[in-house]
Amino acid sequence: MLQIILVLAMFVVLVIPMGRYMYHIATDQKTFADRVFDPVDRLIYKICGIKGGDMGWKEYALSLVTANAVMILVGYLILRIQGFLFLNPNGIGGMEESLSFNTIISFMTNTNLQHYAGESGLSYAAQMCVIIFMMFTSAASGYAACMAFCRGLSGRKLGNFFADMVRIITRVLLPLAVIVGLLLVSQGTPQTFAGNITVETIEGTYQDIAVGPVAALESIKHLGTNGGGFFGANSSTPFENPTVISNMIEMLSMMLLPGACVVVFGLMLHDRKKEKKTDRKPFMGRQGAVIFGAMAILFAIGLTICVGAERVGNPVIGATGIDQDMGSMEGKEVRFGVDQSALFTTVTTSFTTGSVNNMHDSLTPLGGMVPLLHMMLNCVFGGKGVGLMNMVTYVILAVFICGLMVGRTPEYLNKKIEGKEMKLVAIIILIHPLLILGFSGLAVSMQDGLAGITNPGFHGLTQVLYEYASSAANNGSGFEGLADNSVFWNVTTGLAMFFGRYIALIAQLAIAGSLLKKKTVNESVGTLRTDNVTFMIILVFIVYIFAALTFFPALALGPIAEHLALWM
Amino acid sequence: MKNFGKILKTVCFFCLVMMLLCSFAYPLLLTGVSQVTMQAKANGSLIDADGNLTTDPAEAVGSELLGQNFTGDCFFKGRVSSINYNTYTKENAESGAYPGVASGSFNYGSSNPDLKARIEEDLDMFLEAHPGVTAAQVPADLLTASGSGLDPHISPQAAEIQIASVAEHSGLSEETVEKIVEENTEHKVLGIFGEERVNVLKCNLAVARAMAQ
Repeated sequence: MLQIILVLAMFVVLVIPMGRYMYHIATDQKTFADRVFDPVDRLIYKICGIKGGDMGWKEYALSLVTANAVMILVGYLILRIQGFLFLNPNGIGGMEESLSFNTIISFMTNTNLQHYAGESGLSYAAQMCVIIFMMFTSAASGYAACMAFCRGLSGRKLGNFFADMVRIITRVLLPLAVIVGLLLVSQGTPQTFAGNITVETIEGTYQDIAVGPVAALESIKHLGTNGGGFFGANSSTPFENPTVISNMIEMLSMMLLPGACVVVFGLMLHDRKKEKKTDRKPFMGRQGAVIFGAMAILFAIGLTICVGAERVGNPVIGATGIDQDMGSMEGKEVRFGVDQSALFTTVTTSFTTGSVNNMHDSLTPLGGMVPLLHMMLNCVFGGKGVGLMNMVTYVILAVFICGLMVGRTPEYLNKKIEGKEMKLVAIIILIHPLLILGFSGLAVSMQDGLAGITNPGFHGLTQVLYEYASSAANNGSGFEGLADNSVFWNVTTGLAMFFGRYIALIAQLAIAGSLLKKKTVNESVGTLRTDNVTFMIILVFIVYIFAALTFFPALALGPIAEHLALWM
Repeated sequence: MKNFGKILKTVCFFCLVMMLLCSFAYPLLLTGVSQVTMQAKANGSLIDADGNLTTDPAEAVGSELLGQNFTGDCFFKGRVSSINYNTYTKENAESGAYPGVASGSFNYGSSNPDLKARIEEDLDMFLEAHPGVTAAQVPADLLTASGSGLDPHISPQAAEIQIASVAEHSGLSEETVEKIVEENTEHKVLGIFGEERVNVLKCNLAVARAMAQ
């Protein structure tokens, strides 16, 4: 228990300075590192012809989509022809069409759902030019969109997409990736371009040892909340995650930037109130603190359930007579134990990274329901930038519902919330369950879908739900038992990831653009305050109520039914 | 549309520059620094029969971070692996019984009857090979599969119940084997983070060395 609390405390300590640094970058203010990065950025701007003028929301969205589309095209080509390219010491051939389609959508949308196994499916060149490349650019895309969104809501111009991308990659992602990468190597993560090793054991047998440029991928995989592993078993393999220290480094890396985005948002909104501007900046501003608090409450509730369920263990294993004091160990590693595994599971699905340090398919039913639920909520901190935008969508919804209850025009941040914004909010709130439940329904009604299920009973349905929740939330973790490398699964999850990412992202930019154009209204006694504890609690309830209304029947048929069947 | 052409041009150059930076400059820098400053770790933490780190695959008998499948009665057994720790014999490789390097688990759900059957079968075999040990003494980690299939560790309790059998078949005294286990037990960081655990490969290398003396 103590180790979990200490990790979360470290997160809170790290996230404030990081948020402040990112706030300075996002608002073009001075930072200590300008002397190094200004010339680098200027050079990149010059080569690419980036002028840096402010964009409208439509131009911003168009630039983002175009950039992502070009990267998808290039990445797809590389995957198909990787067998003929350089840096392929293990002689791996080109990837099949539907799998390439799935993989490339998966990495561009920051999902990192993997229907291939890295050690046997990708050459080193593909790991670098597709996987690592997209881990940087997809994370930066989400962050850029989020910064534009924050600027819009705080009454600033939206900014320039390309300048945002360059600045986040050179000033945040690359330097942090180098530091985290070296820390991981110091724990034992390999970083080499040599091919796999075969050793002769003391019993005269042979063991194949897969190595490669693992640390480089591993660090950006977590910093960018990407989650796709170098190896099939992801961060549970000793080479991706050798020690409990590397485990904590990986968790903190994936929590750092999504948490910092909330701080940036709070600080930007704080600037709005010029009359109250003091010399000292607050930690994250009251508006930011309410959102951070609501996310923290959701996170803590999920974590408690997950740790509790895993510690109790599996009654079926208990019935065999063996000692299950250490909790449910199937699919977990001894060096992490139940506490560090359950924490990692909750973190990776709340911050929508999708890396796993234990096999989620083998979690206890309720332990496995928590990651599933957090992907369905998709706003418990969430992936880089995107989680914050989703939470603000819920904030607008909460403001609207409260406004209806007291019979006043809802306002948020001194802007009226009207029909146009609410339509966009409705699209964002509805597209997520539509993708998850719609595709799950399709999968269980088709032979091609059913063929993927590998566990009997209620658990089989959970496998299907999990796969689509993970796709639509752009998480990427899996109930890995699912036999998902088939045309049906590759195509349907590919579509879920694509629509899950871009529809919400564009609608959110449109909300920011629309609010920015509106006249500011003055606060009155009738204005619902969105910066106090009452509103924070309302927000938590709104999130849970909407999740319950949309997902409870599915959860009841999957994990809850499995839990009852095991224990009753 | 003129505007779109401009965006597209910027995008192409942007992709090129970012690929140079993120896909080449960054991994090369990291590889260079790691290979110079932490050579053994950057190459997979290989160890030789004496248990020392090495970078020569010909000398190595394994990696201190990866478990191995042991069949001899005189050796400690690790956790259940769905991929047999990527360990194979010449015959396995020739007959195709070894499918190539992999990682992963069985992915059985908690309610899967195959999980129960596997544990019960393994438990019976274990109890037969370790007379004097009761089912209630067997800790869960020994009979459950690891997530990666490569877990190098078992819990101290799982090592303890194997000591008598290892001592008997290796001809070493129980005290010697106990000492080997103790020497290869890794502790919680600062007494707080992680779990107590025993490195199976390192134990077995020490057993083999002690037997050779």
